[in-house]
Amino acid sequence: MPTSRRTRSIMKNRPKAAVLAGLVIGTLSMSGCGPAGADNSLTWYINPDAGGQAAIAQKCSDDSGGRYSIETSLLPSDAASQREQLARRLAAGDSSLDIMSLDPPFIPELAEPGFLAPVPEDLAQSTSENVVEGALVGATWKDELVTVPFWANTQILWYRKSVAEAAGLDMSKPVTWDQIMEAAASQEKTLGVQGAQAESMTVWVNALVESAGGSIIVDPEATADTIELGLDSEAGVAAAEVISTIGKDGLGGPGLPTQDENASLIAFQGDSGSFMVNYPFVWPATTAAVEAGTLDQAVLDDLGWGIFPRMSADQESAPPLGGINLGVGAESDNPELAYEAIQCIVSVENQSEYFVTNGNPPSNTEAYEDPRIEESFPMAETIRDSLQVAAPRPQTPFYNEVSTGIQQRWAPPADVDPDSTPGTSSDFITSVLRGEQLL
Amino acid sequence: MTSAIPAKTTTASSTDPGPRLDTGTSTTNGKTRKAPKQYSDRVRAERRLGWILAGPAFVIMLLVTLYPILQAIFESLFQFRLTAPGEREFIGLGNYAVILSDPVWWSGLWTTVLITIITVAVELVLGFALALVMHKALKSVRGLLRTAILVPYGIITVVSAFAWFYAFDINSGYINNWFGWLPGIDENLNWFAQGPTALFVIMASEIWKTTPFISLLLLAGLAQVPDELSEAAKVDGATWWEQMRKVIIPNMKAAIMVAVLFRALDAFRIFDNVFIMTNGAYGTEVLSLLAYRQSISRLEIGLGSAVSVLLFLCVLLICFVAIKLFKVDLAGSQGGK
Repeated sequence: MPTSRRTRSIMKNRPKAAVLAGLVIGTLSMSGCGPAGADNSLTWYINPDAGGQAAIAQKCSDDSGGRYSIETSLLPSDAASQREQLARRLAAGDSSLDIMSLDPPFIPELAEPGFLAPVPEDLAQSTSENVVEGALVGATWKDELVTVPFWANTQILWYRKSVAEAAGLDMSKPVTWDQIMEAAASQEKTLGVQGAQAESMTVWVNALVESAGGSIIVDPEATADTIELGLDSEAGVAAAEVISTIGKDGLGGPGLPTQDENASLIAFQGDSGSFMVNYPFVWPATTAAVEAGTLDQAVLDDLGWGIFPRMSADQESAPPLGGINLGVGAESDNPELAYEAIQCIVSVENQSEYFVTNGNPPSNTEAYEDPRIEESFPMAETIRDSLQVAAPRPQTPFYNEVSTGIQQRWAPPADVDPDSTPGTSSDFITSVLRGEQLL
Repeated sequence: MTSAIPAKTTTASSTDPGPRLDTGTSTTNGKTRKAPKQYSDRVRAERRLGWILAGPAFVIMLLVTLYPILQAIFESLFQFRLTAPGEREFIGLGNYAVILSDPVWWSGLWTTVLITIITVAVELVLGFALALVMHKALKSVRGLLRTAILVPYGIITVVSAFAWFYAFDINSGYINNWFGWLPGIDENLNWFAQGPTALFVIMASEIWKTTPFISLLLLAGLAQVPDELSEAAKVDGATWWEQMRKVIIPNMKAAIMVAVLFRALDAFRIFDNVFIMTNGAYGTEVLSLLAYRQSISRLEIGLGSAVSVLLFLCVLLICFVAIKLFKVDLAGSQGGK
């Protein structure tokens, strides 16, 4: 009989349905509001790395003698997505944000509305000693330290010794953009720069403008309506000239309009490589490729490095500055404990260890004295020198608008016009900030 | 000789948009709607069962879609930035004025419409061909064939977007190498550096991935065409093309329109492929990405909600045009047996 057969099959399926419902409810309730955990457990939202932050979390938890235990929680891979997640969580009052690894340009945006717990005075004092200038600027908002500098990143000039020699460039002294553009052109090689419409474009524009003595934003603390941009200036035009020449003369190669840091490294390792501005990860990535047999040892032997190129021969350059600072969410249940943990995380030993194992340079100059650093990073001194003169990107709560605006108007490099781009991009960003235009 | 059957079907199709032959009473064409009281007990019982089965889902749909839609409409009237909660300000239709007077919106709309039209048209032709192949395939290979055709549709869009991106990428891609013999393609072609080539890859990926969906809907339509009709046409000496044009296609018009409508709505909301491959750079900005950039990246909840509401209105417009002007019969396409 059909009815009884149907009933039987329903009955038979009931346990399955119950299990399914249990699973669904269980998943929902587990994913609901994060771990309640014990009172002394801290959550550290980390950016992806080679496992260094998790190791430090473990070490500090062990050293605290049970006072706290740090659990790490992984953020998305790119800086923009990390910011999106943290900003949304902070705005929603998420109390699990005990410790956060923050990219410096986005700190003012979080500090201005009071999303970050204030740094205790004594900790601010002790963690800013011997810290490179740029990293401190990036950790500060309205003259107050709002986060604690952890590691600092900077771009240096990487070059193929053979190409520099053939072009007759003296690499023992700082070189200028004009010199390396000329050298690449004469040797029919390509320059490694980041021309993609992405954050790396803003990093490049900012470094060029700062190196030429200008600033993207004149008054970083201004409100959206009154903000004044410094792009439409001599420095802005000089920056546009460099970018436009590289784009129009094909000096960046065919991949330039979509080239980010990784893509420029791949191109640099190829036959057309000559000079490249890039972060220190180039070194571990290249040595690992040689060890894995995917890259010739000759490329590694040919690799040289120096300080970021200058805009003019007589003016020191202002290399890009990046890195990670540590902040504490204003709604955290345990801000004191979180800052105690941060004090351990940013210790000089941990910073050296993190550099050696993960390739992320310390923000504390003292950490460079560890002998292991010189061994695994022969260019550590150049990195430290670069950090001392590096310039942060504009510190403004509207950094995302400023950066996206620059990316949309300064990429691709071949479309940059020194006569008009600085002015039009300035007007565009200003009207976006006034709410008159979409981004 | 050949005229008898095709002529009959053509007349029928011009007056009655619903499925043919067996469903005259139960379909929802204009005539039956006039006299609801004439429903038999059986029909009424079926309707009640229908409500009982679909009711809970309907209520949940209302909760998870209607509420956010209303909230978005409400938020779109404010200037509100998530990181400046204290500065929330009512500005009426100000956000809409900003958006509609901005060339960024119009170029995004144009790109979205272009992608929708091209992908749906190509998918319809390819999907129909695949549906015919599946329909005609020998019983022994039919299962295997359907599975093979459905594989792209089973892949997560983000994954397929990455696969296509890396295939065409100037550094890691193999396309330039494989197709270097074609004019215009060489090792220095950077597909994602300018709009036309980037849109080509985006659309190709979209077509590859969703053609199986459309072909499955069309296969269902094909299965509904009574064999007697095509057999009769064949006996009357109709060529393959005449059978197709006068018997099969008119009889599956409802299925075709449903497939086109579903795909058009889907294609209009394209996001993943563009987000992964170009992130809207160099003239590939689409409306979903524009909404994402305002609400998620800029945290401008008001402006972003207004973009989303406008996007929603565009989708409603497509539905309206399809249902009213092209008379898509959503309920009748199941065959009504």
